[in-house]
Amino acid sequence: MTDTLAVPLRRARMWRRFRRRPMPMTGLVLVIGFILLALVGPLVTGDPAAQDYLATLAPPSAAHPMGTDDLGRDAFARIAHGAQVSLQAGVLSTALAMAVGIPIGLVAGFYRRWLDPIVMRLVDVTLAFPFLVFAVGLAAIIGPSLKGVVLALGFSQLPAVIRITRGEVLAIREMDYVAAAVADGAGDGHIIFRYVLPNCASPLIVQATVAIPAAIIGEATLSFLGLGVQPPTPSWGVMLTTAQQYLGDAPWLAIWPGVMIALATLGFNLLGDGLRDVLDPRSGP
Amino acid sequence: MILRIDNLVKHYGAVRAVDGLSLEIGEGEVLGLVGESGSGKSTVGKCVLRLTEPTAGTIELNGRDITHLSRRAMRPLRRDVHMVFQDPYSSLNPRFTIERIIGEPLLRHKVADRRETSRRVAEMLEKVGLRQEMRSRFPHELSGGQRQRVGLARALILEPKLVVADEPVSALDVSVQASVLNLITDLQRDMGFSCLFITHDLSVVEFLADRIAVMYLGKLVESGPTKEIFARPRHPYTQALLSAAPVADPVRQRQRRRIVLGGDVPSPVDPPAGCRFHTRCPLAYDECRTVEPALKDPRGNGHPAACHLVTADRVPDAAATR
Repeated sequence: MTDTLAVPLRRARMWRRFRRRPMPMTGLVLVIGFILLALVGPLVTGDPAAQDYLATLAPPSAAHPMGTDDLGRDAFARIAHGAQVSLQAGVLSTALAMAVGIPIGLVAGFYRRWLDPIVMRLVDVTLAFPFLVFAVGLAAIIGPSLKGVVLALGFSQLPAVIRITRGEVLAIREMDYVAAAVADGAGDGHIIFRYVLPNCASPLIVQATVAIPAAIIGEATLSFLGLGVQPPTPSWGVMLTTAQQYLGDAPWLAIWPGVMIALATLGFNLLGDGLRDVLDPRSGP
Repeated sequence: MILRIDNLVKHYGAVRAVDGLSLEIGEGEVLGLVGESGSGKSTVGKCVLRLTEPTAGTIELNGRDITHLSRRAMRPLRRDVHMVFQDPYSSLNPRFTIERIIGEPLLRHKVADRRETSRRVAEMLEKVGLRQEMRSRFPHELSGGQRQRVGLARALILEPKLVVADEPVSALDVSVQASVLNLITDLQRDMGFSCLFITHDLSVVEFLADRIAVMYLGKLVESGPTKEIFARPRHPYTQALLSAAPVADPVRQRQRRRIVLGGDVPSPVDPPAGCRFHTRCPLAYDECRTVEPALKDPRGNGHPAACHLVTADRVPDAAATR
């Protein structure tokens, strides 16, 4: 190691490593674009519910860059507002899963004893259901709304978060630096929050970049099935439901939300791959 | 006595890692605990720190029985004992700076505030031969030898009475080994702590340890003053260990008699009956296969060995059979 490698330089070096690769950078650009669309888009596009009966099912034009739907509503305004719904569903459900799952995984993995087998068998049972089937079931129970979508998707992600956290904790608690912390006279709380949790952060950050796009698709799916966001609130899934009736006359109505879902998902996945490479010290320089 | 271990037993399920071991360390004394991998020597160290729960036996630290103390009751006693770990790559928290790692014991025991901690960390850095600018570095920016110095600084910052050093140099390059060993020797003379020095390599403790204890399959086979052990090893196993170490003098190196042990260390799940060493001992006879020899000191000179062949006027010679 050279003498000049100070602390801030470590982050700078990680950023350099990240920046040099085209795929993660593409992902980052897509994700930033998606977030901008969700935050700024609704401010510039106007009312997504405003109807123009003189231009129903109109193809893309200067007035309506993405065309209009069967009620003459501007598709671009609805895409922008839908991005907000997608971002909320993706980020909030993942945050929920992390907020609940990480503490459970930490406690189960650190203390083992009777808690660990119980938690893990429950996780195994829920993991036996495909993610979306589980989410559909939960959404049907909770009721169709954005809140319902966030809860259903959050709980569907919970088993994966618990499993990853617990696995990391099991490995980290055997490290000598944890034994050293005990020898230092540290208590359990200190060891868990200062030693164990920070060292299992990397896989969880990567998990988040996988979970967010899965939740975006999940929201679209639930809304498409009528179990999620309800019309007239615009959501990419809701837009797809309407679009399938006019697939022959107005294909752009299906293409735009489809492309947006694909791009947002792709962006998070590419970003996640890049983060994994950068955060894992075993990967190359 | 700083440390007294009496009849310590530690079983991991069916594995009998330590199976009735007793030893003592006096004030300022360095005891070298020597054994092959799997002999249970590291487990002894972990039991002393209460990093693992002993199955049976007692451990007295500074005259106080700590075998069954709760974690809370144990905490204040941790000021008197710390540990240096074998693997310099897993013994330092990757998310802490070097200053934080070395200062943690002070902060945990609330014996110093941040400023005082910072001052004493600076002192320790100097003592272990690290430059002051290392304090803001992270472990992955340091070499193996530098990390072991950090581990040493952490173990010594509270000026403990006892330091358990578990193979502190075996993961290092030979040239770095020597400098870290010299550092430990200097610090021990300077600060006067007692030390349980665990190693698989007798030559590492030759100039550091006051006494040596040799372990085989969870039991002590011989112990005594370092000079005695090197000059007149009594147990055939110790003789074999010594004969395996190269001698620095090429003439003597060529003349020395090697004792090559056959086979591997038997499994500690099912240790051999009688003397545990009989499966590999060149001198083993019928009694060794059935009767377990006790640690006895027939000449009464503080040099006990667990071998049927050791008597007041006779010492076995494992090399004689070759």
